[in-house]
Amino acid sequence: MSLPLECYLVVSTLLFFIGVFGFIVRKNLISILMSIELILNAASINFIAFNRFLFPDQLEGFMYSLFIIVVAAAETAVAISIIINVYRKKKNIDVKSINELKY
Amino acid sequence: MDYSNFLIMNHEISLVVVLIITLLADLIIGGNKKVFQYLALGLFTIHTVLGFTQWGSVGDETSFGGMYITSDIHSFVKNFLNLGTIFVFLFGFEWNKTENQKHCGEFYFLTLSTLLGMYLMISSGNFLLFYIGLETASIPMAALVAFNKKERESAEAAAKYVLTAAFSSGVMLFGISLIYGTCGSLYFDEVLVNFFDSPLHIMATIFFIAGLGFKISLVPFHLWTADTYQGAPTAVTAYLSVISKGSAAFALMCILVKAFSNYPDVWQSFLWWIIVITITIGNLFAIRQENLKRFLAFSSISQAGYVILGVYTGTAQGMATVVFYLFIYMFTNLAAFGVISSIENKTGRLNMDDYNGLYSTNPKLAFVMMLAMFSLGGIPIFAGFFSKFFIFAAAMREGETLLVFIALLNTVISLFYYLKVVKAMFIKTSENPIENFKSDNMTRIGLFICTLGILVLGLISPIYEYINGISFGF
Repeated sequence: MSLPLECYLVVSTLLFFIGVFGFIVRKNLISILMSIELILNAASINFIAFNRFLFPDQLEGFMYSLFIIVVAAAETAVAISIIINVYRKKKNIDVKSINELKY
Repeated sequence: MDYSNFLIMNHEISLVVVLIITLLADLIIGGNKKVFQYLALGLFTIHTVLGFTQWGSVGDETSFGGMYITSDIHSFVKNFLNLGTIFVFLFGFEWNKTENQKHCGEFYFLTLSTLLGMYLMISSGNFLLFYIGLETASIPMAALVAFNKKERESAEAAAKYVLTAAFSSGVMLFGISLIYGTCGSLYFDEVLVNFFDSPLHIMATIFFIAGLGFKISLVPFHLWTADTYQGAPTAVTAYLSVISKGSAAFALMCILVKAFSNYPDVWQSFLWWIIVITITIGNLFAIRQENLKRFLAFSSISQAGYVILGVYTGTAQGMATVVFYLFIYMFTNLAAFGVISSIENKTGRLNMDDYNGLYSTNPKLAFVMMLAMFSLGGIPIFAGFFSKFFIFAAAMREGETLLVFIALLNTVISLFYYLKVVKAMFIKTSENPIENFKSDNMTRIGLFICTLGILVLGLISPIYEYINGISFGF
C-alpha cells in the first residue's frame, strides 16, 4: 500500500512553513540555520514525490534533491564557521547580539 | 565522444584556468604579496581581453543537451562582469597589501569563484545548473563578506548575509520544485511550453522571483542589504553592489523571457508593485543615511528597481536597456566606491560629514565623486542619464505610463540625496577636513577608466546599438 501524492505534498508544505516560521521567530543563530535546513528538505521532498508519482521514468527530481543535499552541506559549513566567528566576537549567538549595524 | 562541444564554454574554461593558477600561485609565491597580486591581476586581465576578442564570442550555441546556453549577449554580459571585477581588484590592491596580511590569495580565489558561479547562472538553460551557479556565487560571497576576520562588523554582516542567502535559495528551491511538479521538466524551453496561469504556477513563479529578489535586493526582500554593505570590506561591497546584483538581474531577465514568457501577466502584475516600492523605499531610506556605504546600499536598492523596470517589459529592447543600464551602472557605482575605498584606506573615515570640504583638500577625488553622483542621479550628458532614458523609453513603448511616471518622480527625489554628497564636498566647510593624500597607482588607473566611462559611454551610440542588435525577448 502506498500513500497518495497529496500526503507527501502536505508534509512538505508543512515543513516549509515551519521552516519559514522558525526563521522569523527563532532567536538563536543555530536554530535559524536548522529552520533553513527544514525549508531545503521540504523542497527535496517535493522534488522526490513529484518525480516518483508524476514522472516515474525520469531522474531529474532525484538528481536535483541530491544536489540540494550537497549544496546545503556546503552552505551549512560556511554558515557555521561564520556563526563561530560571531561567537568569538560577541560571546553568544543570540540574534539580539548582532545589532551593531542598523539605522 | 565529441568534446569539441565543450569549447563553447570558453569563458568558463579560461576562468577556471585562472582560478587554479591563482590558487597554486598562492601556495608558491603567496608570501610575496606584490608579485602575487600582479600575477593574479595580469592573468585575469588576459582572460578579460581574450573575452573581448573573437575568441570569446561563439554565437548562439547550446551544450550538454541544452543545459548550457550561450550567445553574443551572454558573452557581452560576462565581459563586462570581468571588467567590473578588474576594477574591484584595482581598488582592493592597496587594501590587500596592508590590512589582511595573510589572506590576500584567498580574496582573489573567492572572488573568482563567485564570478564562475555567476557565469553559470547567466548561461544556464536548466533550473539545476541555475541553482548550482547561484550557490557557487553566493557561498564564497559569504566568506568574502566575513573577510575582515578581526572586525565585529564584518562577522555580523556575514551572519546576516549567509542566513538570508540560504533562506532565499530555500524559498526559490521550493518554487522550482513546484515548477518541476507541474511542468515535468527543468529545461527552460520545456517549462515554457507547459506553463499556464494556474494558481500553482503563479505561486511557483512568486516563490522563484522572491528567491532571486533577495539577490538583487528588491524591496520586500532587501533587509540584509544595508547591513551587509556596511559591514563588509569596501572592495567586497563594491563587488556585491555591481557584479553580483547585475548578474542576478540579467539571469532573472533571461529566465523570465525563456521560461515564463507565455503568460507574462503572471509575473508582470507582481513585478509592477515590486518596482514601485523598490524605487520609492530605496530612495526614502537613502535620504536619511549618514554612513556612505549604507547610503550607497540604499541607492543601489533603488537603482535595482530601475533595472527591474527594464526586466518587466520582457522585450528585446527591454533586455538591451537592462544590459546597457548595468554596464553604465557598473562604471558609475565603481567610481563612487573607488573614491570611498581610497579615502577609507587612508583615513578610515566613512561618514558624510567627513566629506565636508573635500574639494579644498582633494579636488580630483571630489571631482570623480561628483561625476559619479551626477551619473547615478541621471543628469544629462553623463552616462547615467542615457541609461535611465533608454529604460524609460522601453517601458513607455509597452504603455506603462503610470509606472514610468512614478519612476521619474523618484528620479527627482534621488537627485536630492545624490546632490547632498556633492554639497558636502563642494559647499560645506569643515574644521577637520580629510587631509590631502596621494592615492596609489592602481586606484588611480581604476578611477581614471571609470571616469572616462561615465563621461563617454553615453555619447558613443554604437555601444547601445551593438547591445540592441544582440539582445532577445519575446
